[in-house]
Amino acid sequence: MSRYFLRRAIQSIPVLLLITIITFAIVHLLPGDPALAYLGEAAAKDQVAYEAVRLELGLDQPLPVQYGKWLGKVVQGDMGRSVRTREPVTDGLSGRLPVTFQLALMAILFAVVIAVPVGILSAVRPGSRTDSVGTVFAISGVAVPHFWLGIILIYVFALWLRWLPASGYKSPTENLGANLQYMLLPALTLGAGQAAVIMRQVRSSLIEVLRNEYVRTARAKGLRERVVVQRHALKNAFIPVITIIGMQVGRLFGGAVVVESIFALPGLGRLAIDSIMFRDFAMLQGAILILAVAVVVLNLLTDVLYAYLDPRIKYA
Amino acid sequence: MAVIDLHMEMREGTAERLKRRLPLAVLRRTLRTRGAGFGLVVTAVVIFMALTADFISPYNPIAQDYALVLQTPSSAHLLGTDELGRDVLSRIIYGSRVSIQAGLVSVGFSVVMGVMMGLLAGYFGRWVDSLLMGLADAMWSFPNLVLALAIGAILGPGLTNAMIAIGIVYTPLFARLVRGQALSVREMEYIQAARVMGAGPVRLMLKHIWPNVASAVVVQASLMVGVAIIVEAALSFLGLGVQPPQPSWGSMLKSAYQYMVRAPWLSIFPGAAIFLTVLGVNLLGDGLRRALDPRLKEFGEA
Repeated sequence: MSRYFLRRAIQSIPVLLLITIITFAIVHLLPGDPALAYLGEAAAKDQVAYEAVRLELGLDQPLPVQYGKWLGKVVQGDMGRSVRTREPVTDGLSGRLPVTFQLALMAILFAVVIAVPVGILSAVRPGSRTDSVGTVFAISGVAVPHFWLGIILIYVFALWLRWLPASGYKSPTENLGANLQYMLLPALTLGAGQAAVIMRQVRSSLIEVLRNEYVRTARAKGLRERVVVQRHALKNAFIPVITIIGMQVGRLFGGAVVVESIFALPGLGRLAIDSIMFRDFAMLQGAILILAVAVVVLNLLTDVLYAYLDPRIKYA
Repeated sequence: MAVIDLHMEMREGTAERLKRRLPLAVLRRTLRTRGAGFGLVVTAVVIFMALTADFISPYNPIAQDYALVLQTPSSAHLLGTDELGRDVLSRIIYGSRVSIQAGLVSVGFSVVMGVMMGLLAGYFGRWVDSLLMGLADAMWSFPNLVLALAIGAILGPGLTNAMIAIGIVYTPLFARLVRGQALSVREMEYIQAARVMGAGPVRLMLKHIWPNVASAVVVQASLMVGVAIIVEAALSFLGLGVQPPQPSWGSMLKSAYQYMVRAPWLSIFPGAAIFLTVLGVNLLGDGLRRALDPRLKEFGEA
């Protein structure tokens, strides 16, 4: 098992390297001069200060050299300083990371809680009313844009019913209850699309598993349908579901960008947008990099979990 | 000899006739899926709106009228007016152009780039394969919307740039798909035969491998159109896509968001337009998928 994990981890190193190259390239292709952004409008005319900043940021060196130096520092946990707030990028990121992770986690939880029971009921009785409702929900869930759903949820639950705050954020260490109130609508918004995809997967893989010989044997033994589904079929049906959940992580982080903007949550996605708007190159680099690396790491963990759950995969 | 010629001729005749009938047969099989008919109608209506916007739109979509700011829906303005007194219905009708264009052009871009990448990787294998697929994996690791935003920021705001950004972001999906298929086809005997007969790599890829992967690509592309429409609307919503005063559903929602309390209808209609269009396109794509390849997975990855 640990050897399999190690091998998969080593395999993802080239991808991680390419990710750093793409991140570096993206930020250096952005229009605008980082040195000017760093100096600010007022000091921009000062030629001496300008040259000094260029030297300080290493902008006078060839790009491959800049990349090498940047990568060397990133590996040691130094991503430079934000040109906007002057704080170290790592500080900015570590403040934002928990917000996005909490949002993503709550969205997944919400999606699973809704999708799994409905998916199972639909698969056990294909063509039933539950199945039809579930199918309509699944098809709509994929088609509804996050930003529209978010606006509607704010309208209904915050402005009309006044049950929940419209937007804003409280840290969970400060006040957990308030934190959950602020996070509930964003998580619902982000989770709806996920729920649709997960439900489809639960339904189709359970239907497939229920067609197997061993399920027929279990039924022939005289076991009740409930036992057949719960004890025999579900375990195998969930293996592909876990893969789907793992694969959705990237989509989840992408959706977080929009959701964090609508609900004014101080997460990584909103940080990325703000950094683009304010030409905060170092911060943008950090935000994009950490999101991509998180996707790679979570996919790696999914693969390992998958191998652990499915004995047919050899992890020698 | 004459008999063989006649046989060949007959077979070619049948093939020709089949070819002509094929689109009709595919359509008929597509419509067999539940919801595909609805999808076809919705898609047709949106395309009709986009094509005839100049004639069917009741008002000029960018004409401002400060006497008619934030009017509720009425018989003069069926869907009300926005914060600059512009007719919401007319803006939605014109906005369909942006969404249809975004859906088709950006997916077309992904298909062309992805198919080239996939064919090259699948055909040449070895280091070409490792390099291209490594690149595809690395690109795919970035959250799609984040990558689209970053590329959009590099290229600058505007619909064309947004479409290029979305096209780049979804290229790896098609590259992976085509590469996998190309790998499995590459070792087949008829490819070996064509190679022995002296066909070069370009001819082999385009004439012999591509036809085998085409239907899978068409299916995946049809499922991605809806995703592309949503991502373009998201970019416009975040301020990077279509710029004012040009009407688009995403940018309409962006400005409507600020008037949510006073004028909720401003948010409802453009969002509903996106939702219905994507729903229609997806249902149609799902039907197409069942008609062309029943083994493919449900729903595209977004």
